[in-house]
Amino acid sequence: MPKHILRLIILFVIVIGLFLVARQFLIPESFGEYGHYRANSIEENANHDIKYVDRAECAECHDDIAALKQGGPHKNINCQTCHGPGNLHIEDPTPENIVKETEREFCGRCHNKNAARAKLIKQIDINEHNIESKCIECHNPHEPWN
Amino acid sequence: MELNKKNKKTRRDFLKLSSAIAGSVAFYSMFKPIESVANRKTDVTEREHWYGFGFDIEKCIGCGLCAKACKIENDVPREPFFFRTWVEQYTIKNGHIIKDENVIVESPNGGIDGFTQSVPDKEIFKSFFVPKTCNHCYKAPCVQVCPVGATFETPDGVVLVDDSYCVGCGYCIQACPYGARYLHPEKKTADKCTFCYHRLKKGLAPACVDVCPTGARMYGDLDDKEGPLVQFIKNHTCRVLKPHLNTKPKLFYNALNEEVR
Amino acid sequence: MEHFDQLYQALNEVVGYIYPNEIELRWSILIVLYPYITGLVAGAFILASLNRVFEIKALKPTYEISLLAALAFLLVATMPLIFHLGHPERFYELMMTPHSSSAMAIFGFVYLWYLMVVLLLEIWFDYRRDFVVWSQESKGLKKFLYKVLTLGSNDISPKALKLDDKLGYIITVVGIPSAFLLHGYVGFIFGSVKANPWWSSVMMPVIFLLSAMVSGIALILVTYMVINYFRKQKIDMLCLDSIGKYLFYTIIIDFTLESLDQIHRIYEAEESFDIISLLISGKLFFTMSIMQVLAGTLIPLFILGFFQFYKPKEKIRKTAYLISGILVLVGIFFMRWNVVIGGQLFSKSFYGFTSYKIGLIGGEGMLAAGVWMVVPILILVFLLWLLPPWKKQHSGG
Repeated sequence: MPKHILRLIILFVIVIGLFLVARQFLIPESFGEYGHYRANSIEENANHDIKYVDRAECAECHDDIAALKQGGPHKNINCQTCHGPGNLHIEDPTPENIVKETEREFCGRCHNKNAARAKLIKQIDINEHNIESKCIECHNPHEPWN
Repeated sequence: MELNKKNKKTRRDFLKLSSAIAGSVAFYSMFKPIESVANRKTDVTEREHWYGFGFDIEKCIGCGLCAKACKIENDVPREPFFFRTWVEQYTIKNGHIIKDENVIVESPNGGIDGFTQSVPDKEIFKSFFVPKTCNHCYKAPCVQVCPVGATFETPDGVVLVDDSYCVGCGYCIQACPYGARYLHPEKKTADKCTFCYHRLKKGLAPACVDVCPTGARMYGDLDDKEGPLVQFIKNHTCRVLKPHLNTKPKLFYNALNEEVR
Repeated sequence: MEHFDQLYQALNEVVGYIYPNEIELRWSILIVLYPYITGLVAGAFILASLNRVFEIKALKPTYEISLLAALAFLLVATMPLIFHLGHPERFYELMMTPHSSSAMAIFGFVYLWYLMVVLLLEIWFDYRRDFVVWSQESKGLKKFLYKVLTLGSNDISPKALKLDDKLGYIITVVGIPSAFLLHGYVGFIFGSVKANPWWSSVMMPVIFLLSAMVSGIALILVTYMVINYFRKQKIDMLCLDSIGKYLFYTIIIDFTLESLDQIHRIYEAEESFDIISLLISGKLFFTMSIMQVLAGTLIPLFILGFFQFYKPKEKIRKTAYLISGILVLVGIFFMRWNVVIGGQLFSKSFYGFTSYKIGLIGGEGMLAAGVWMVVPILILVFLLWLLPPWKKQHSGG
């Protein structure tokens, strides 16, 4: 075999060899354990912190309000649906770190008139129904059906 | 002499046998990649759950609190271009039912700020809300096209992104028929609904399901024949989105109209 | 943030309904350049191979130019792709853990095969004798470079040269399907996306391949003329006419296949038909009907077709070839544009459109794209300086 062909082959062997060696170092740990991905990523995805806490935890302090809510159509609604995530409030229960919605628009999200929700729940026209006052001035927000 | 002959024969047999084995191994290894392209499933007989969603369009009132909670729970960028879940309002106007121009679809800021009816009552033939999110497809095109294996279906059926491995090529975003993916503007990697995997593993419902005031969103174990999700699918006429693409979504809709894409 | 300003503007320009994640058009001008540049490579190489394997004597003056142009563009082909990634530094993962079911994962290997095995080897075997000669004649940096390129072997005996020629020929033969593979494969990256009806077509790889040949041949036509202009050499009209002839034929096949694809789409008129016809008559009207079809296809087709029957004076022909070549190059660029950008302008809900405005500056702006088009030309100039085809000794092989 002529010298130049031999050297060419050696060059190729070196390049391919380097590639194979590099692969040993660059394929991440746990790759391919369950499939073509890094198995550790499953755990990493599971390790994020939660913000919306377990819905049962609210009633541990606010049992009075939970009882009030039990008496009507809002009974299955999570407190955090209106009050936002409770993670900060649970660590340090102050009124500042929990959302208190007071505006008409918030109630209107569910109860404003809309053809798409017509048959499902009670609705009012937010632009006509008692426009002067906030909903919570007449309706107790935890017992609005009364 | 006799012994020698016999020896020769066995040697030949041995050669035959070994070449047959080598040949079939080579043959098999040629087909292995083809098989893995067509049928890239890992053995899932040992899974504990197989998660899926059930969305009831008849119950959705378009409050948008699911989409809002999702952004908060998962630190999704607040700009109106990145959504892991969103709500659409479909309004079909009076007139020619078959024509697309009579179908109006809206999703202002993904429905996060709620909806205002934009078509007057007398012009409406029909209107409804459709909550959308990643379908966690069983044959997910995004998983199929990911060049490096940075998006995958976990053994319990959730399609996840490995954000420390994703190269950000965007192929999965192009391949998703449902528009469920976006490129995270800070992380520069693909991002999407994780089924709130971090909540599932702590025994909690996904945030969108948890805050839904009407129970329009539910989730459950598709392996659990007596479970709420399988019962929901059993007792309603459920459809998936874009079934013709054969992505086999694990998100089932009750009362899904054919206008919904 | 400027990025968000652009998105807010796009949000205002949304027509109809699109999924909220679709406002951002994910694959920008850089991904237009990627198939464009790889197409030029494949096309230029196929022209060189035609020359060698089918021994078309008239094309001889363009053989080395085609190979060097292919190499110059191939060296840059991955750059727009890598710089478009969210994490360019993770590019190596494509080589380490390529996903067997992903059309994109194989790119690194197809690319390396084509670069390392086909193109570099073919050029090396073609030039090896000259490396040896030049390494003895020249001085300084050039001498050093040639010396390295000889791999330290000065064997230019007739026997060795004959072997070189034979191996070069084998590589060319292997190279033709490789070039087909390279660009057919790029078409498959788009053609296999079932979520996108504008892309999803079995014709896509074939169309990409043919348009690659068209653009590559046009590139060599223009490059050959420009090189001779700077070297103040007389152009070989026989060669130019033959390139023109091949360009004419490939445009016909390419145009026929693309028309077939569209006619099929129109006749079948599937679910996506309404939105696609709106796309073609609206947002893509200029780039498709005017730039791709009229300027990039019909006008050159007419000029080149005319020359097949009647050959006017050399001067007129030269000008007309140059204009046709440039028009074809522009036309194919817009063909890539219409595929890549066009496929993202309409929503996968088929209910509306987003918009795309290319910025001037930034990593994905017009200037950056311009740079990636200029760099291969600079590389080509360097290659022509290092490996001048006109100084090669043509004998035997």
